[in-house]
Amino acid sequence: MAWGILQIVVFLILLGLIAKPLGTYMAHVYRGERTLLHPVLRPVERFIYRVCGVDERREMGVKGYAISLIVFNFIVLLFIYAVLRLQGHLPLNPAHVPDMSPWVAFNTAVSFATNTNWQVYVPETSVSYLSQMLALARENFVSAAVGMAAAVAFIRGLTRHSSRELGNFWVDFTRSFLYILLPLAVAGALFLVSQGVVQNLNGPTHAVTVAGVTQTIAQGPFASQESIKELGTNGGGSYNANSAHPYENPTPLTNFVEMLMILAIPVSFTYLFGRFAGNQRQGWALFAAAMVLLVMSVGVMFASEQHGNPNLTRAGVTQAATATQAGGNQEGKEVRNGIGASVLWATITTDTSTGAVNSSHDSLTPLAGGMAMLNIALGEVVFGGVGVGMMGLLIFAVLAVFIAGLMVGRTPEYLGKKIEGREMKLAVLATLYFCVTALGLAAIAAVLPAGKDAVLNHGPHGLTEILYAALSQTGNNGSAFAGLTVSGKFWSIAGGLVMMWGRFFFVVPCLALASSLGAKKAAPESSGTFPTTGPIFVVLVVGVILIVGALTYFPSFALGPIVEQFLMNAGHLFS
Amino acid sequence: MRQVIWPAIRGSFVKLDPRQVARNPVMFVVEVGSVITTVSFVASLLGGHGGTAFVGMVSGWLWFTVLFANFATSMAEGRGKAQADTLRKTKTETLANVQVDGAVRQVAASELRKGDVVVVSAGETIPGDGDVIEGIASVDESAITGESAPVIRESGGDRSAVTGGTRVLSDEIKVRITSDPGHTFLDRMIALVEGAERQKTPNEIALNILLAGLTIIFLIVIVTLQPVAIYSNAAVSVTVLIALLVCLIPTTIGGLLAAIGIAGMDRLVRHNVLAMSGRAVEAAGDVDTLLLDKTGTITLGNRQAAEFLPMPGVSVEELADAAQLASLADETPEGRSVVVLAKQFGIRGRHIDPERAKFVEFTAQTRMSGIDLDGHSIRKGAGDAVLAWIRQHGGSAPTELEATLQEVSNQGGTPLAVARDDRALGVIHLKDIVKGGIRERFDQMRSMGIRTVMITGDNPLTAAVIAKEAGVDDFLAKATPETKMELIKREQQQGKLVAMTGDGTNDAPALAQADVGVAMNTGTMAAKEAGNMVDLDSNPTKLIEIVEIGKQLLITRGALTTFSIANDVAKYFAIIPAMFMVAYPQLATLNVMRLHSADSAILAAVIFNAIIIVLLIPLALRGVKFRAIPAAALLRYNLLVYGLGGVIAPFIGIKLIDMLLVALRLTS
Repeated sequence: MAWGILQIVVFLILLGLIAKPLGTYMAHVYRGERTLLHPVLRPVERFIYRVCGVDERREMGVKGYAISLIVFNFIVLLFIYAVLRLQGHLPLNPAHVPDMSPWVAFNTAVSFATNTNWQVYVPETSVSYLSQMLALARENFVSAAVGMAAAVAFIRGLTRHSSRELGNFWVDFTRSFLYILLPLAVAGALFLVSQGVVQNLNGPTHAVTVAGVTQTIAQGPFASQESIKELGTNGGGSYNANSAHPYENPTPLTNFVEMLMILAIPVSFTYLFGRFAGNQRQGWALFAAAMVLLVMSVGVMFASEQHGNPNLTRAGVTQAATATQAGGNQEGKEVRNGIGASVLWATITTDTSTGAVNSSHDSLTPLAGGMAMLNIALGEVVFGGVGVGMMGLLIFAVLAVFIAGLMVGRTPEYLGKKIEGREMKLAVLATLYFCVTALGLAAIAAVLPAGKDAVLNHGPHGLTEILYAALSQTGNNGSAFAGLTVSGKFWSIAGGLVMMWGRFFFVVPCLALASSLGAKKAAPESSGTFPTTGPIFVVLVVGVILIVGALTYFPSFALGPIVEQFLMNAGHLFS
Repeated sequence: MRQVIWPAIRGSFVKLDPRQVARNPVMFVVEVGSVITTVSFVASLLGGHGGTAFVGMVSGWLWFTVLFANFATSMAEGRGKAQADTLRKTKTETLANVQVDGAVRQVAASELRKGDVVVVSAGETIPGDGDVIEGIASVDESAITGESAPVIRESGGDRSAVTGGTRVLSDEIKVRITSDPGHTFLDRMIALVEGAERQKTPNEIALNILLAGLTIIFLIVIVTLQPVAIYSNAAVSVTVLIALLVCLIPTTIGGLLAAIGIAGMDRLVRHNVLAMSGRAVEAAGDVDTLLLDKTGTITLGNRQAAEFLPMPGVSVEELADAAQLASLADETPEGRSVVVLAKQFGIRGRHIDPERAKFVEFTAQTRMSGIDLDGHSIRKGAGDAVLAWIRQHGGSAPTELEATLQEVSNQGGTPLAVARDDRALGVIHLKDIVKGGIRERFDQMRSMGIRTVMITGDNPLTAAVIAKEAGVDDFLAKATPETKMELIKREQQQGKLVAMTGDGTNDAPALAQADVGVAMNTGTMAAKEAGNMVDLDSNPTKLIEIVEIGKQLLITRGALTTFSIANDVAKYFAIIPAMFMVAYPQLATLNVMRLHSADSAILAAVIFNAIIIVLLIPLALRGVKFRAIPAAALLRYNLLVYGLGGVIAPFIGIKLIDMLLVALRLTS
C-alpha cells in the first residue's frame, strides 16, 4: 500500500517537471521558432509544404481552419474504412484475417479518426498488420496531431487581440506531427522495445504449454503502436487486453513510463498556454485546477479499492493490507501492478481521452468505477486528450469567469477580453454537446431492446455498463467498461455517430469562440480585474467543473454506481 | 409602500401571460411545468386515485414560483412608475407663444415642432426643450431636478439649454425648440424611469444565454432520466420529474434578473442621474479611467488666499492691511478670501468713508484692482501688471518680488502682487483648495483598479501640484477639447473604458467618444445629447458614485447567479433519494438532511425554491452592499457569502420546511 502511494506521489512530481521543458519546446515549435531539431526537420517540413502547395505564412480564420480540419478528417476516415474493408485482399496479412464487416469498419474508422479508439473488434484476430500500421497506428499520429492543431488555434485566438486569424491548419498539423509526436514516439518505441515489447512482422506463434495445451500467441509491430497509443492519448491496443497484456506493458517501468507518456503532452499544453498568454501563472492556475481533480480521483479510487468488497470480508477473505499482502480489491487487476498503479492508470486514462487500460474497469468497486466514469463525464478536462482536453479546460475557465466574474463588479473578462452574448452562446454549445449525446444514447439504449439486450449484468451494474459506453464514445475516450456486447449493429452505428458528434461538435464552436475573443481588444490588467491566476481561481474552476458535471450526471449515476455501492455494502451483488 | 405592493401583486398575475413569460426561458419552463402539473392534478381529482394532495401542492407552489418572479419585476417597475407619475403631472397641457414672421400666436405646446421659436415670460411654463436664443432669465427647474434654487439661463454660451416643463421666474426669453412632441427630455425621462423602453443590456443577454443553456442541460437530464429509471424499474411520476426540473434550473436568478436591472437604473435615478440606456450603467461598472474636471470635482470652485508673503522690510500685518484694503471692493470669491485671510492678522472689517476713497475695479486691461485712499494708491493684481504699475510710479521692485512670484507659481498657486504707490509690499498666495475627503475617494478608486485623470486648463506646473495633493494618478494640463479627445482615444486604444463629465458644446464630441459620458443638466443640449447620462444635479463628483452603482449592479447579478447555481447541490440531496427510495431503499444514505418522507422532501425543495425568490427580492432591489476593495478581496468575500452560503443555506432551509410540513401534517 505504501509502495502504491509512493509511486503515485513520484509520478505527480515528475509530471510537474515535464510541463515546463516540453511546453516551452512546443511553444517554440508552434511559433515557428528555432529548436534543437530544426536542422534535421525544417527541410522536411519545407518539402512537405512545397509538395502540398501550402503557404505557411497564410493564416486562416475560423471558417478556413474548421473546414480544412473537417474535410481532412473526412478523407482520412474514408481511407481507414477502405483499408479495413479490403484488408483480406491486401498484403502483410500472415494470419489471413478477413475483410471487416461494414458497420464494424465504420465504427472503427470513426473511432480512430476521432482519437477515440473505441474497439468493437478483437485486434488479434480481426485486423491485419497492414491495417494495424497503415490505418490504425498511422491514424493515431494523425488524430492526435489534428487535436493538437485545433488546441493551438484555440489558444492563439484566446491570447491574441484585435485579430480574427487562428493560424494555418496545415502548418499546425504538420508541426504537431513532425516536431512533437514523431520524435517522442520514436524515442518511446525504442524504450519499449528495450523493455521487451514485441515489434516484428511474424505471424502468430503456436506454442505448447506445460499443461500440454496449444496456445496461439499473437505478435506484430506493436511497440511502435504502443508508443503513439499513449502519447497521442489514443488508447487503441494491439491486444484486446490492452496495456494489461505483458507484450504491451511488460514491466513496472514500462507501466510507469507509459502513464507519463499519456500525460506528457496534455500537461505541457497548460504551460504552453501560459507562454502564449504572456503570463506563466495563467498556465499554472489551470495546471493546478486539473491536478486537484486528478488527485481527487486517484484518492477516491485508491481508498475505495483498498477498502475492497465487504462481501468478501464477510466470506472470510482478508482484504486488509499486511506486510506480505497488498490487500484490497484485486479482482481484474494485474498483480504486478497492484492497486496503486492500477487506479492511477484508470484515473489517467479517463482524465485524458486515452482509454487504454491496464486493469478491468468492470471489476473496480462501484465507487471507483463511478469515479472513472465521472472523469469522462466531466468532459475529460483533467489535462484531457492531447489538445482537445486543454480546450475543454479553457471552456470551463471561461464559464467560471462568467459565473463568478460579475462578483467583482465588472462584466466578465478572460485574458482582458470581455465575454459577451456571442462568446457565451459558443461556450454553452461547447458544454451542451456532451450531455446531449452521452445521456441521449444511454437513455435510448436503456429502453431499446437492441441496446439493453447487449448488457451482460443485471441491475445497476448493467446500467453503469450502458452509461459508460455512451460516455466513453461521446467523450472520444474509447475505454470500455466491458460487460456490454458492442459489436452489434445498434452499438456500432450509434457509437460511430456519437463519436463524430463528440469530436466535431466540440471543436467547431470552440474555434468560433477563439476567433470571436481574438477579435476583441484586451483590457490591461489592474487591481480591479478578476484574478485568473491565484488560488481562488483554481478553486473556482474546480468548483464549476464539479458542479456542472455532478449536477448533470448525478441523477443517472445515482441509479448506477452510487446505488450499486450502497447495495454492495448491504450485501447485494449482481450477476 | 402600499401603493407599490398592490399594483405589484396585480402585475404579477398580468405577467402570467405566456407571451410575456416567453421572454424569460427559465420562467417559461416553470410555467409550462405548472400547467402540466395542474392538468395532472385535475386528472387525479377526477380519477380519484391517491396522491392528489401532493400533486396539488407541487402544482400550487410551481405557480407561486412564477408569480414570485413576476412580483419581483413588478416591484422594481413600480418604484419607477411612482416617479413617472410625478413627472407626468408637469406635462399638463401648456400654451406656447409661437413667433411666426414677427407676429406672436398661441398654440398648444403639443403642436410645437423642431425649429419653432417661442417667447416665454416670467411666470410661464417653458413649452418644450430648446435653446435660449435671446435674453436671460431665472428658471425654476425643480420639477425635473428637485432642486428648488432657480438657475440662470441665457442665450449663447454653455447655459442656453432649457427643458420643457420648467418655469421662467423672471425676465423674458426667446427659445428655439429642439425636439418634436413625444421626444422631449421629459418624455424620455418618463419612459426611462417607467422601464417602458427597457431593453436587455449586453451582459444581461449573455447571462440569459447561460441560464437558457443550463435550463436546456437540465431538461436533457430530466428527459433522459425517465428511460434510465424505467430500465432500473424505478419509473417516477411526471409531477416529481417536473419538480426536480424546476428545482434544478436557475429559477432564483432567472426570476430576479429583470428586477436587478430595473432596480439598478432606479438607483441611478434616485441619485438624480438619468441613464439613456442600461448599457451605459454596465459600462460604468467596467470603467478603467475616470476623467475628472479639476474645478468643482477635485477642488472647490474657486481659489482662495492661503498666505501673505511680505517683501523684506515689510511686516505681514502691513501687507495684510494693504491687501484687505485693495480687496474691499472686490466681490469675486478670490477677493473675499483675501479679506477673510487678513482678519487672521487682527485686521477686522472696517468702514471706509466713500468720500475719501476711490475704489478701482478689476478690468481685463489693467488686470489689477485696488483703492485710492488718503492720497495713497494701493493695487493688487497679476505680478507683471503690478510691476509695470510700480515702475510707472517711479519705483522699482526688489528682486525678491519676482523670486517670490515664481516660487508661488512653482508651488501650483496663483500669485497676486500688492503695492502701495511706488513700493512693492509683497505677494498673496492664492491656492486651489482640494475638497475634503477626495483623496480617500481616489485611493479607493485606485484599489478598485480605476485610474483617475485630472483635467484642467492650468499650466502643467500648477496642475502637477494639485494632482499630487489630490492624489490623482495623472493629469491633463492646458486641456482643450482636442487634447481631451486625444486622451480618451489613447486610453481606448489600450482597451480601456473611459468615463467623463462635461457640459459645454465643445465637450460634446468627447462625451460622445467616452464610454460613459455624463452631461451636466446645466449644460447645453448638444452636450446632453452626446452623453449617455445626464446628471440633474450637475455635480461632477457624482461620476464616482455612478461607477459604484454600475459595479453594484453587476455584483448583485453575479452574487445571485452564483447563489442560485450553488443551491442545486442541496436540492439534489433532497430529491434524488426521494425519487428512487421505493425502488432502492438503500439510497436513503443520500438523504443527508433526514427528511421525513419522499413527498415531504420533494415538496420542501419546491417550496424552498419558490420562497427564496421572495426572500431575495429586497437584496435584488437594494443591491449587494458595495465595498471599494481590490477585485481579489471582493471575489474572495462574495464567493464565501454567496457561493459557500449558497451551498449551505438550502440544506437548512429545506430541512426547516420539511419539519414544518410534518408539524402541520401537510404531507404523509
